[in-house]
This record gives sequence, structure tokens and C-alpha cells, in this order.
Amino acid sequence: MSSVVSTSAGSVTGTLSFQGIGMTFPDGTEALRDVSFDVAPGEFITIVGPSGCGKSTLLKIASGLLDATSGAVQVNRERLGYVFQDATLLPWRTIRQNVELFAELNGVAKADRSTLAAEAIELVGLRGFEEHYPKALSGGMRMRASLARSLTLEPPVFLFDEPFGAVDEITREHLNDETQRLFKRKGFAGLFITHSISEAVFMSTKVLVMSNRPGRIVDSFDIPFDFPRKPDLRFDPEFARLSGEISLALRGAH
Amino acid sequence: MTAVGDDRITTEPLAGSEGDIRSEPAPVPRPSDRGRRGFEAIGPPVILGALILGVWYFISYVVLREDRRFLLRAPHEVVNEGFLNGENFAELLGGLWSSTKVAFVGLVIAIIIGLVLATLMSQAKFIERAVFPYAVTLQAIPVLAIVPLIGFWFGFGFTARVIVCVIISLFPIIVNTLFGLQSVDKGMHDLFTLHHASRWTRLRKLTFPNALPAVFAGLRISAGLSVIGAIVGDFFFGQGESGIGQLISKYAGRLMGEQLLAAIILSSALGVIVFQFFGWLQNRVIGKWADSGKPT
Repeated sequence: MSSVVSTSAGSVTGTLSFQGIGMTFPDGTEALRDVSFDVAPGEFITIVGPSGCGKSTLLKIASGLLDATSGAVQVNRERLGYVFQDATLLPWRTIRQNVELFAELNGVAKADRSTLAAEAIELVGLRGFEEHYPKALSGGMRMRASLARSLTLEPPVFLFDEPFGAVDEITREHLNDETQRLFKRKGFAGLFITHSISEAVFMSTKVLVMSNRPGRIVDSFDIPFDFPRKPDLRFDPEFARLSGEISLALRGAH
Repeated sequence: MTAVGDDRITTEPLAGSEGDIRSEPAPVPRPSDRGRRGFEAIGPPVILGALILGVWYFISYVVLREDRRFLLRAPHEVVNEGFLNGENFAELLGGLWSSTKVAFVGLVIAIIIGLVLATLMSQAKFIERAVFPYAVTLQAIPVLAIVPLIGFWFGFGFTARVIVCVIISLFPIIVNTLFGLQSVDKGMHDLFTLHHASRWTRLRKLTFPNALPAVFAGLRISAGLSVIGAIVGDFFFGQGESGIGQLISKYAGRLMGEQLLAAIILSSALGVIVFQFFGWLQNRVIGKWADSGKPT
């Protein structure tokens, strides 16, 4: 607990900076070791790595849900976008009420809340489903609602913790298309976690490869494609080449 | 019960969405289909009911000799004596009404105590540790054993009957509510933590709504128990307005088989109505969003 300097005030809006982050859990498990990198506005960085390498832990540290045991995080947590592996919609609330939740918890007036929610719902393509309850929607649609909920914050920094891991391949590709469209449109600093290489390459400006536990950043790949990216980018030879390189790096990381 | 597909929300895929909507084709019931389903729903219990009546008649008229027939009166005699005889029926209804009042008051008190206790237990671990063993103990006491004691302390009237009701129906409410309050998904808690929600906000917007399905499960059990409690208490307490328990005791003592059976039928009808009422209430309050558990 010695050198934690998590500053939330005073840092530059729209940036996220990890400086020498280390995390050892009370049971002695070392999850992260000396992780340092920055995410600037207009950057979409994806971390790929084997299961259990501490990727999610890094996002929890960024959001303040966990405190790192060493190193420092710089980020403005005021309007932090954060979607989890699970959509975590409250089942007793309609989609609209779920999307309004953050604004409600932050004390935004009712009229403004519904404007914010309506815009966000429109953005993720859920119009017409506002009054449905989560149980009536598919996994992919629930995830869209979860994205919309964070979008109401107009987040300068957006954390994605493997959000599309549980949906089928086709739905995942659609959600990838839309996520990179949102990124292009909103210009947030994005940090995305996944173990799908093609998802990483398709959406990111940069892919970081994390090693097995304790997680360290062992490799970095710039992804040069222009935005907005077309779905058939996935068949581009350059796309295949980059995916192959990252795959090899991942193998080395095990 | 509702027909299959009644409460299912069917959705048309929006243009432009990937069609990952869980859209089952809307079941269009054809008339013949509906008739068949109606039979499937009520046919089996009706057939079994007829069989039971048959066995009942068989025992009354074939197994029992004439002089021992008072042990099990035939169904039509029960109906004639118990339900169609105005005076007897009025007596039964009076007892039933008295026991209903006891059960209702007892249940309301048990609900209030149970909800408050479970909420306190969920908010502080030390309260849970302190209270839980005694809640279990209360549950483990055989009601018959403390009924006399309650009589000594509180007399043999309305209050004592209500207390028996509360004791017998409290535990399921505490346990189910506590379970519901404690079974909030960790990710949902994280959402509220990230947005610095106060303890009260968290309780009101997350923990309580999350507990509702479990609370209703507890309520249905407790409601049935409160009816039993009211009748058991009444059975032993001689004073005050006599309820259905007193009547059962009287009919049994005087070998009035028809009325005895009528009283038993009415008591169980009360239990069934209370149980169904809470099922209906549950459906009204949380049916729209909760997973019902029954296959839809």
C-alpha cells in the first residue's frame, strides 16, 4: 500500500495513464507487475492476453474498484465509461430506466436524464425497445443497453472488460463494427480487454500483448488502418498478417 | 393458470439490427388447440378428483359397516350437513372468519418483523450473527409445546392466537428476505460503487428490488403457515371468539363427522386461497421482469 498515488483530480481530461502498476492480492497472488502505458484521446488500445493474466484487474484498478499495491494511475474518474463482461442490467428496470441509471445516481435532473438516455439508446440501435425488460432481450441487445448506459456519461475515457465474450461470432462482429463507429464519433480514449485477436485488430489503434501471470506488457503492435473501418477489412491481407504476428506474440507470452 | 406464451414479449427485429433478438414466433392459438390445452390443464385433476370421490364412497358404503359409518361420512352427506344446512354453515363461516382475522393479523405482524429483522441483518454482519441462531431456534420449537406457555402469558384469546401465528410464520420471511438481500450480483454492486451511491440509495435502488422475488417466495410459505398457526392456536385456546380450530375440536368430540369434514375442507380452502392470492400478487408486482421459474 506504500506508493499508491491514484490521482483523479488534476489530470488531463481524456487520458488514462498507468505508471509502474503492480498488484499482489492478499493471498499472495501476484496479478500484475510493472505495467506502464498511456491511453490518449483518439486512441483505442486493446490488451490481449491469456485467461487469468490480470487484464480485468488492470481495469478495476483504473476505475478505482481496486487499489494497486504499487505504482500510480492517472485518470479522471468523474465520467468514466466502463462495461463489464456481463451486461449487469437491473432486471426490474426497463431498458430506458437502466440506461438512465448512472445519470440518476449522479443526480442529473429527470428531464435531462431522459434526453441523455434517448440519445444513447438511439446510438446503440435500441430504439423501440425502451420499455422492454432485460429478460425479453438477447445477450447482444443487453450488451448494447450496457454500452448505452455508459454513453450517457459522455465518457472521455471508456473501459471495456471483455464485453462481447459471451455473444455469438456474428453478433460480436456487429458489435465490433458499432463500437469502432462510436469510438470514431465520440473520440474517447478507449481501453479494451479481449482474448479475440481479430476483435482486437479490427477496433484498435494499438494492441498490447500481456503475459501470463504476473501480467506484464510484453509486446505492442500499432494498427494503422483508417477509421471508419469496413467489415470486409477482416479479409484484408494486412489484417491477416497483423493477426498472425499478434498470435505468435501471444504464444510466446504463455 | 395462464396459457403458454401469454406473458411472453415477442419482438420484431428492427431493420439494421443483427436480428439477435430472442424472437420466438408468436404462438397463435387455434380454437381446437385451445380446447385441447384446456383439457390438458383441468382434465387430470378432475379425473383424479373423481377417483378420490369414488374411493371415498367405496369406504363409506362398502368397507365401513353401518354402525361405524360415522368414521367417514359419504361426500354428499358432508355437503348436505356441513354446507347446505344453513345453521351449520353459518357456524362454520363464523369460525372461518374469526380464524382468517387471526391469520391475517399474525401474518402482517410477521411480515413487518421479518422484513425489518432481515434488513438489519443484511446491513450489519454482527446483527446477523446475533439474531440468526435465535431465529433458527424459534423455528425449531414445536408449536404445540409452547402453545400452553403462550396461553399462560397472554391469556387464551385473540392476542395469544396471533402470537402463535407470528411464531410459526416468521422464519420463512426472515430467511428468504435475507437471502434475497444478500444475493445481489457483484457486478451490480460495482456499478453503484463506481457512482458513489450512498448506503440508502443502494438499499432502495438495488438491494430491495433484488430481494423481491425471494421475499415473495417467503410470503407464500408464511401465508400458508399463518393459516395453520391460526387454526392450531384456536384449537387449544378455549376462550375468545371461537375459530375453525375450536369447531374442529367440538365436532371431533361429539363425533359430528359431516361437520368435521366440512370444517377441514374449509380450512384447507382458506389455505389454498391465501396461497393463490400471494401468487397473484407476486405476478402483479414482479411478474413483468422476474424470471418466473415456471417454463414459459
